[in-house]
Amino acid sequence: MNQDSSLIEQIVERYDRDVGMLIPMMQDLQAECGYLPTDSLRALAKRLNVPLMRLYAVATFYASFRLAPKGAHEVSLCMGTVCYLKGSAGISQAICKEFKVAPSGTTADRLFTFTAVNCVGACALAPVMVVDGKYYDGVTSESALEILQGLGPAEQAAQADAKEAAE
Amino acid sequence: MIDAPARFASIADFEGFARSLRSQDRTGTRSVRLCMGTGCQAKGAARLYELFEEAIESASGRGRAGNIEVKPTGCHGLCQRSPIVVVEPAGIFYQQVEEPDVAEIFRETVLGGRAVPRLLYQDPESGRKLEAAEEIPFYKVQQRIVLSQNGRIDPTKITDYIAAGGYSALVKALTSMTPEEVIAEVEVAGLRGRGGGGFPTARKWRSCRSAAGGPKYVIGNGDEGDPGAYMDRSLMEGNPHSVIEGMLIGAYAIGSEKGYIYVRNEYPLAVKYLRTAISQAQEIGLLGENILGTSFSFDIQINRGGGAFVCGESTALMASLEGRPGEPRAKYVHTVESGLWGKPTNLNNVETWANIPHIINRGGKWFAGIGTEKSKGTKVFSLVGKIANSGLVEVPMGITLRRIIYEIGGGIRDGKKFKAVQTGGPSGGCIPAEHLDARVDYEELTNLGSMMGSGGLIVMDEDTCMVNIARYFTDFLLNESCGKCTPCREGLAQMRHILQGITKGDGQAGDVEKLQALAEILSGTALCALGATAANPVLSTIRYFRDEYDAHILDRRCPAKECRGLFIYQIDAEACKGCGICLKNCPVDAITGERKAPHVIDEQKCTRCGTCWEKCPFTAVLKV
Repeated sequence: MNQDSSLIEQIVERYDRDVGMLIPMMQDLQAECGYLPTDSLRALAKRLNVPLMRLYAVATFYASFRLAPKGAHEVSLCMGTVCYLKGSAGISQAICKEFKVAPSGTTADRLFTFTAVNCVGACALAPVMVVDGKYYDGVTSESALEILQGLGPAEQAAQADAKEAAE
Repeated sequence: MIDAPARFASIADFEGFARSLRSQDRTGTRSVRLCMGTGCQAKGAARLYELFEEAIESASGRGRAGNIEVKPTGCHGLCQRSPIVVVEPAGIFYQQVEEPDVAEIFRETVLGGRAVPRLLYQDPESGRKLEAAEEIPFYKVQQRIVLSQNGRIDPTKITDYIAAGGYSALVKALTSMTPEEVIAEVEVAGLRGRGGGGFPTARKWRSCRSAAGGPKYVIGNGDEGDPGAYMDRSLMEGNPHSVIEGMLIGAYAIGSEKGYIYVRNEYPLAVKYLRTAISQAQEIGLLGENILGTSFSFDIQINRGGGAFVCGESTALMASLEGRPGEPRAKYVHTVESGLWGKPTNLNNVETWANIPHIINRGGKWFAGIGTEKSKGTKVFSLVGKIANSGLVEVPMGITLRRIIYEIGGGIRDGKKFKAVQTGGPSGGCIPAEHLDARVDYEELTNLGSMMGSGGLIVMDEDTCMVNIARYFTDFLLNESCGKCTPCREGLAQMRHILQGITKGDGQAGDVEKLQALAEILSGTALCALGATAANPVLSTIRYFRDEYDAHILDRRCPAKECRGLFIYQIDAEACKGCGICLKNCPVDAITGERKAPHVIDEQKCTRCGTCWEKCPFTAVLKV
């Protein structure tokens, strides 16, 4: 808890306690923790002297915020128009079925968090899947499943990931 | 390399430095320009960069390197052929370069000055191998102004930008123009907003300048939320200083000291490069207090979006900058009078900002000479979808869609037939073949039931079902609706419900009329522009592809054979080799047949899952 409050303090000071910078603060918090823990949100609200409801409104409005811990790997499948035209809906279904995961959910074993995102802006590569920041182009249901089956529990990967996001 | 002094105290100091950079003797310098945009990086460009560096190092060990540099650049545009490498001074353009090719390029081209033919672009029509980018049809038809330095300069080096003439427009504005004269020049240019709205930029600036109260804010909108569009990303990644310079000039004209660039969270590289660019500009005194020793002060802060499409709308974006959910508000009071924190705020798309330095340097008249009567200059498009050359293109306003798609884009992939081009993102519409000769300008696209939008051009072929694509966009917009106003939140849900029914084969007579009625309410009553245009995909597909709707509803048939259940699979007896792969893979044992004899699908048992169609190595399974 002590460590937690110093983290909140650091983040709040980084933005001069400016409530207008609430979203960057929450982005930093998520980069540190991997998600937005309720206790941290409560501490942040108290520190900024705003109702917790306001933080919760922001956290649930924006797609990039997570209220639950993420998996060891981060998998984003692009559902932009071009990827969709080239079959990403089927790929998403195949992943959800194979790993019993819902879009924006995490597998039961916390192997990966699967997000179907609007558009990663790499349309020439469609359909695109991004795994821990690495772009895979022209994926099919088969190749997507193959890539995901190759993922190890890889605690290092998750750590390196969090570090990079924090930078 | 010339190092910049800590901070320029005067314009004269900066100009002296810029002059020395621009007059640097580059004869004998050989340069490898390597695209490091998101697309090329996905195809291993970072590794190619390392390999070129190693090659230079080992050559210099042998005393052969001379002046050789490898320069990581932003997007070159022809993303279809990534990774792209250009070798200067000859400007030899290599495409689809792989790791083993580096040694050969280095030996033959960099050291030897000869081209490596197998890595050159081959013109599909003449079969000729083309050496220079300018010869390639994809580039020949384009007119690159905003993207002129994209792919040429290293976006992480401010000196590169300055050497290419960067920040000279700022100097010109600060030394020889009053703020009013800057606005007048932009007015002569006839520049209109590149984010989609098409509002005259000068008019917006003037309103903000004359608005009462302060401080005043300027915002660069890089929240490129349209699926299928990546113009702004490439610009921010490839030439971030051009956006900063544009904003500086705008801030000077408007009288603002504080700016924001709002970038999508999904664009990590753009955020990184913009941050680098801003801190470099701050270091040498191009941003901050008393810029270049003048009384003008301005600074820029970057905010990352949270992943909400609606935040591309100006009032929603400002709400987000204030740390609130991005919900738009009614605009009876314009943001130029009361925007961010209730202060006068001028928001422009990053592409609009990047046009400004060119207008100041070359004059409004020059800019107004490009384009059509009401749409001036060029527009950057991301040309994607079922097209031979996907990529980033910049064309003069007024060019026809046909020239973009066929001359630049190389036509439809795999010899298929063109069906429609979707412009303007989810709020735009689908334009059919009979309007391919329409000219790209704000008014003409709107007349066709679509819009300019931010610049996505998504090409669709005969395999795309237009009802399904309308459903896709409605689905997207429903998910992204902020939920503040009822017509958008509930109206889109109803429209999706109807569209889903149609694509599943449950369409009812009268559905199309219901969709039209809902669309009319939506466009007439939604609070923000995103809601008001949300029905465009539905309305434009009904307008041009009514027959497809009717086929789904009345005949229970999907003409594009995309909607599952509205077509059947059959095996072409002539093409079938009787290999048995489909039979083995069929999950419901609906396929029968002897080995080496044509197989047959039992229509009664078949669940239309499409496995046989995917697995058949001889494309003998047909959709009918």
